[in-house]
Amino acid sequence: MSAILLAQQILNGLLDGVYYLLIALGLSLIFSLGGIVNLAHGAFYAIGAYLTLVISPYLGFGGAFVAAPVAVALLGVVIERTLFRRFYRSDPILSLLMTFGLAMVAEQVLRMIFGAPPLSYSIPPWLRGQVALGGFIYSFYRVVLLGIAATCIAGLWLLLQRTSFGRVVRAGVQNPDMVGALGISLQPYMSAVAALGIGLAGLAGVLLAPIYSIHPAMGQEIITPAFVVVVIGGLGSFWGVVVAALLVGLVKGVMVGIGYSAASTAAIYLLMLLVLLFRPRGLFGERILRFE
Amino acid sequence: MSDHIKLTRRRLLKTAGGIALVSGICAPAVLRAQSADVIKIGHLTPRTGFLGPLGEYAVMAADLAVEEINAAGGMMGRKVELLKEDSVNPQTASTKAERMIERDKVACIIGEISSASCLTIAQVAQRNRLLYINTGGNSDALRGSDCKRYMFHVESQNSMYVKTVGRSFLRDGLVKGKKWYSLTADYAFGHDLLKVSKRFMEANGGNFAGDDLVPTDATDFSAYLLKIREAKPDLVVINLAGNQITNFLKQYAEFGLTFPVGGFGFDTALAWAAGKGNFVGTWPVVWHHLLDTPGSKAFVAAFTKKYSKPPENQAWGDYIATKIVAQTVNELKSTDSTKIIEHFEKGAKFDLLKTRPGYFRASDHQLMHEMYAVTALPAEKIKNQWDIFTSSAPVPGPNEELEVIAATKEENSCTFPT
Repeated sequence: MSAILLAQQILNGLLDGVYYLLIALGLSLIFSLGGIVNLAHGAFYAIGAYLTLVISPYLGFGGAFVAAPVAVALLGVVIERTLFRRFYRSDPILSLLMTFGLAMVAEQVLRMIFGAPPLSYSIPPWLRGQVALGGFIYSFYRVVLLGIAATCIAGLWLLLQRTSFGRVVRAGVQNPDMVGALGISLQPYMSAVAALGIGLAGLAGVLLAPIYSIHPAMGQEIITPAFVVVVIGGLGSFWGVVVAALLVGLVKGVMVGIGYSAASTAAIYLLMLLVLLFRPRGLFGERILRFE
Repeated sequence: MSDHIKLTRRRLLKTAGGIALVSGICAPAVLRAQSADVIKIGHLTPRTGFLGPLGEYAVMAADLAVEEINAAGGMMGRKVELLKEDSVNPQTASTKAERMIERDKVACIIGEISSASCLTIAQVAQRNRLLYINTGGNSDALRGSDCKRYMFHVESQNSMYVKTVGRSFLRDGLVKGKKWYSLTADYAFGHDLLKVSKRFMEANGGNFAGDDLVPTDATDFSAYLLKIREAKPDLVVINLAGNQITNFLKQYAEFGLTFPVGGFGFDTALAWAAGKGNFVGTWPVVWHHLLDTPGSKAFVAAFTKKYSKPPENQAWGDYIATKIVAQTVNELKSTDSTKIIEHFEKGAKFDLLKTRPGYFRASDHQLMHEMYAVTALPAEKIKNQWDIFTSSAPVPGPNEELEVIAATKEENSCTFPT
């Protein structure tokens, strides 16, 4: 294999990782702050994709791009207020069971409304085509997708690092009791974080609807690699999750590139195993007292 | 895990009471199910997971068939009842088949799509000497090393798929001296199909430009598409299954690749999901909704009326299998599996909604019938979301034996275990 082809696979792998990132960041945030392992996160991704189908005939893909994530985020707030909040102080196993059930309910509801067969949806004409970046010809849609995802990720980082909102959230991750003792109620922050995290999953659904198959179980397809990313990256670490997502994409892409495609999925689990052996808290995982 | 659930005597009593109450409520249903004036048929097929979308069509079609059978007087004057279950995976399929036979006393079992689950159901059927008709499992092994006396196949074997669409590839000059790039689903079905398609390619003078196994949970094909663009094959061969075919087609169009595409395994629902402009290539099917025969037209009309969308090829399999059972039971005036099997093995002919009737080949229990190669229409010629392809004439042609597309004894042989 030529060096150029390898370089292409490396770049493509990194881009692939960005999709996982949109899902994994939300998962990581919700777990870090509330201790909820949200197995239903993939379902919100699926809902985002289905909403794109529903909204685009009226508002176009551009309209769906704005409206669908907002709708999914609002749904996230409702779920947080009614379900998540009951589990913040309990054993994570209980919230895991609850979200597992929620994922099944959501999948079945999608099946009842839209039917089990996959539905068709294409890239809008104005986003089709190829771009040449040097010798590297690539899908224009994926370049746009990268731009949007990178903007969201940068925005989220600024929000968490540079605003008073972000400071409270980060303090809440480290020590919720201390935040409470200072007279700050974490409740609205929890809702906001759920809206952000779940809204990002919805956004991923919108962005991937034109290139992936849209079917009720599509959430299951993305949730497992997203969890692997969170575990590799380490809880509570923004950049850990970012680096892990890129690493997972890279490993997968290069395995396909060098002709070991059959092992491309196994390789990311092996990567997770290695990281856990040498760094049990993940690559950049912080020491969070209540999870030790 | 600090809080253990304490099993107090009170809680135990509550639970036991609850179970008793629930089973009390369910009891009348069980009693009713065992009344003698209905004949029960078990239907097992995946309704969740990556084959779930196809299973849904199977269930709709089996329901329609039973409705029509009952409207026409049922089986031996008795009403037919369809017991439907999600087969989930090979282990669950086997457990549910066992329960259908022992508790529900079904007359036969119909269905399935996954070749792995077909095998476990067939093992249960064989042990209980009960007829099982496979409507969706393709692997040659099911008709070869794993064949069972009590298992029959309405679904075509992989060899039939390969030889059907292979004729189109030969006609278009895409085999001899040409380079193929194949993507294969990395599980039993894909491996079996790769073996059969490789045999066809080599026998006809083609060779591989590339040959990748794809993990079944892969959703993104960009890495493969980059390799395909570099390899410049004469034909891209897709031996994938389920939603992966849709994902591949959408992304193939996204990357603007224009090499001819074809595949050896296919379902119409996946083409519909890929949609206009994304669906390309030539593919084999056992049946499709545009067939111009009176039988097919009536089936498509009845299905579309009931479900507001046309049936896809999986629907045909479960519909026709149910009809074959009803017809046979009425002719023999018996639901005895052994008698039905003898009747099938004698070469009984069945109307399959095609131009000529078909029969089960006694040597491996494969249904001998016509197949079709469908080719995607260019986007500007597509009028609606369903009619997105044109069909070849039936394969084999009118002057050929139906058996010419099936695996020969040398390619795949079956010895029924006694």
